[in-house]
Amino acid sequence: MLRFTVRRLLQAVPTLFVLSILVFAWLRLLPGGPATALLGDKATPERVAAMNEVLGLDDPIFVQYFRFLGRILSGDFGNSLITGDPVMEEVGWAFPATLELSVAAMFLAVLFGIPMGYIAARFRGRFLDNATVVTTLVGVAVPVFFLGFLLKYIFTQEMSLLPPSGRQDVLIDATRVTGIATFDGLLTGEFDATWDAMLHLILPAVALASIPFAVIVRITRASVLDVQGEDFVRTANSKGLTTQIVRKRHVLRNALLPVSTTIGLQTGLLMSGAVLTEKVFAWGGLGTLLEQAIQQRDYPRLQGLILLFAVVFVLVNLLVDISYAIIDPRVRVR
Amino acid sequence: MSILSTRKADKIDSLAEGGTSLAMDALRRTFRSPVAILGLVIVGLFVILAIISPFIAPKDPYRPYPELKSELTPSNIPGPMPGFLLGSDQNGYDFFSRLLVGAQQTLFVGVFATLIGVAIGMIIGGLAGAFGGWVDSVLMRLTDIMLSIPSLLLAISIAALLPGSQWTVIIAVAMIGVPVFARLLRGAMMAQRSSDHVLAATALGVKRKTIVFRHMLPNSIGPVIVQATLTLATAIIDAAALSFLGLGDSDWRRAEWGLMLGNAQELLSVKPSLAFFPAIAIIIVALGFTLLGESMRESLDPKNRR
Repeated sequence: MLRFTVRRLLQAVPTLFVLSILVFAWLRLLPGGPATALLGDKATPERVAAMNEVLGLDDPIFVQYFRFLGRILSGDFGNSLITGDPVMEEVGWAFPATLELSVAAMFLAVLFGIPMGYIAARFRGRFLDNATVVTTLVGVAVPVFFLGFLLKYIFTQEMSLLPPSGRQDVLIDATRVTGIATFDGLLTGEFDATWDAMLHLILPAVALASIPFAVIVRITRASVLDVQGEDFVRTANSKGLTTQIVRKRHVLRNALLPVSTTIGLQTGLLMSGAVLTEKVFAWGGLGTLLEQAIQQRDYPRLQGLILLFAVVFVLVNLLVDISYAIIDPRVRVR
Repeated sequence: MSILSTRKADKIDSLAEGGTSLAMDALRRTFRSPVAILGLVIVGLFVILAIISPFIAPKDPYRPYPELKSELTPSNIPGPMPGFLLGSDQNGYDFFSRLLVGAQQTLFVGVFATLIGVAIGMIIGGLAGAFGGWVDSVLMRLTDIMLSIPSLLLAISIAALLPGSQWTVIIAVAMIGVPVFARLLRGAMMAQRSSDHVLAATALGVKRKTIVFRHMLPNSIGPVIVQATLTLATAIIDAAALSFLGLGDSDWRRAEWGLMLGNAQELLSVKPSLAFFPAIAIIIVALGFTLLGESMRESLDPKNRR
């Protein structure tokens, strides 16, 4: 198991290395180069030249690259052009918001996705199954941000049931501990803050959950159908186990293996979706940072965020691989 | 293999299985299912609309009308009125005509984004599958890197470098598909390499070029076509997402559903239909391509071969 973990960790290194080269090259591909990107289009040639000097852009390219690598390895992604603050600091401030939203969305997707997929498989070919399959196909076809608009329109504008945007009511004076609003309230005993944060969380989480939900339903359904036809299920049935035990111990447990992998794969989609959802609901997480960076062409921040998202994605997949090997020993020898 | 290749890539590779010939058989099975027929009908209507919409649009979609513009204020966008079925958009243009013509531009973006993705992906995957060895290793590592960036972020990072034009959107969205198509074709061709008919052709002394183009490629193309159908749906949605983030076409006059939806986001409280109609159009079309693609995939799956 340890060997497997080490091998997987080592395999991540070249991916991250090439990725750092690409992100480094990316800023250099900009028309006018990084100095113009930092100073804006209206910069005078003298200022651009001075900036080139400061950034060391006159040095050989590999010297520049290793300097860049050294900086990012020590956590220095430069300063945002919008706020002037270090990008890492901004990320640290916004990350809990995105984490909260993503975890809530994934929780909803798993909570409803697995039972629905299982039920669809049990009633294969019947109305319930077809309805589920169609629902998931529609779920994938709806743009995440439009679903956000729709939910916002129905639940805030028409019914005024839930707050339209933000993470917490401005009137609530909540103490920031971890930055995860729902959790902070519990830690400090400010239960009204937790309740308010949860109300704010519902709509964005539902919007963001739509795609992972659809994928989880379909994978669960396919996986249960696969396992149901296996020999060991027939054996379990024929040795007289009750249907309930067969379903629980033999079918469901084996069927959930591929589902667990999919959950890891969904983090990429979740991050893409978070960018869109956060814009609709003015969430103030990493997606909001990214969206501002796009609008204002804040390249240092954009560079930092893209690298960060990619690294998180690679690491989550690594974790999924390792946990998969723990659940299913067969994977280790592959 | 790097970590990502094992998960995301296995998934793509597994789609490549079962692409062995019997295309007619698969096609016949596809159109036995009502789901496939529904998908085909939606896609067919969409394509017909895209072709004829400039001729059936009641008004010119690219010019403001004084009777609409006179009533246009920041807080009021005129609704339906005689001659203007859905009223005005935010610029005093005929909304209904723009919706109709939008089919054409949307199809254009979707088709070209997909085709470019397929073309680049097939060159990479084809080279990897045809040569194997270190060519394969290098090219597949490249696709791994592309897969290690969440898809929308990949598109964002490309779109942010280029000026906001329609081709920027097309190229950015196309890049999402490149690694997928590359792995898919490569996987299918790898399966072909060890197949009996390729072995027989090699034994007969057929040139490698001929083997690749006459034997391996035609038999590997099935999964690529299926994936391209599914990609058409996501390409249209991703293009809309880029517009929504402000990375879309800077020509706001262009009638394209994604762009119309993106530009209507600030007007939800004034006239929600400006966002709802383009969105519903996108959803229906994306659903059509998805239904068609999914049923084609199901019938290519050898497990379902009856």
